[in-house]
Amino acid sequence: MTNGHEDGNALAGPLAEVFAVEITGSIAVCGGCRRSDRMAALHVYLGGPGFVARCPSCDTVMLRYAETPHGRWLDLRGTAALHFAPAAPG
Amino acid sequence: MAGTALRRRLGARWQSAELVEAAQETATARTLRFRVPEWPGHLPGQHVDVRLTAEDGYTAQRSYSLSAPAAEDVIEMSVQLVADGEVSPYLVSDIAVGDTVEVRGPLGGWFVWRTTQSEPVLLIGGGSGIAPLMAMVRARRAADTGGAFRLLYSVRTPADVFYADELHDSHGVEVAVLYTRAAAEGVARPAHRIDADDLTAHGWPVVAEVTCYVCGPTPFVEAIADQLVQAGHDPAHIRTERFGASGG
Repeated sequence: MTNGHEDGNALAGPLAEVFAVEITGSIAVCGGCRRSDRMAALHVYLGGPGFVARCPSCDTVMLRYAETPHGRWLDLRGTAALHFAPAAPG
Repeated sequence: MAGTALRRRLGARWQSAELVEAAQETATARTLRFRVPEWPGHLPGQHVDVRLTAEDGYTAQRSYSLSAPAAEDVIEMSVQLVADGEVSPYLVSDIAVGDTVEVRGPLGGWFVWRTTQSEPVLLIGGGSGIAPLMAMVRARRAADTGGAFRLLYSVRTPADVFYADELHDSHGVEVAVLYTRAAAEGVARPAHRIDADDLTAHGWPVVAEVTCYVCGPTPFVEAIADQLVQAGHDPAHIRTERFGASGG
């Protein structure tokens, strides 16, 4: 496949090592256009030591993540807010 | 809840997984069953990350959907060969029973179906994107509760169909296999990509409560999601999972 991006479901594994809650079902507010949607809906570009997640609407870089020998970097400056709903049963 | 917290802790670390069974699904895809001690269980639709490590320490990892509910500590995934991929050739052609890989999971909490969901469900899969949807179908059949399911399975030719033996065992699930390149013998519908007429013929009438799950290659998912919205489905009730650039 060479069609550019995957989606926010691909964030689940790496970010499970960072967050105490499941992240792909949370709602992220774009710092650029204020669109709010599930993290699972972001466009994710994988490559190198990490990935970039962009707003599907305005393309703002909402999240950058990298794993290095010295630790993990998470850059959320393009995300205005994250909302975590109460956990569903199951 | 202690169980949930424990599940999260297990989900976040890499665990050893031993191949216990492998079966050819098509000429270029294989279904693999791995034993993962202490597997905490998972929800239909969740995935795992699989990591391979070479003797020189080089690692490669990919995400694969779980294609069935867990059988105690055994999990199942179906892997489609990507010819120039790094991980799939090993999993489809080389790995043997008794070999181990590392897995991290279960992962994902959005592209999932729960047996407590009572609304009608529309599943649309393209190619190997059938895998997580099959986990939902199998869970729905096993539970015999939850809303009615309809599955639209877009696939190139009859030879590319996954899970052919059990697809049409209805049990609360109506299945339509829609060919894109060459149809099966006796099928009146000419081979073509899923269009609005297919959604009308095999989907649900658009009512407020239908939840749609779409999985496949990125262009497939985008095209289907657009068609569903045009047909009147609420974008908030369309859950998608794309696979794209990471290379197989």
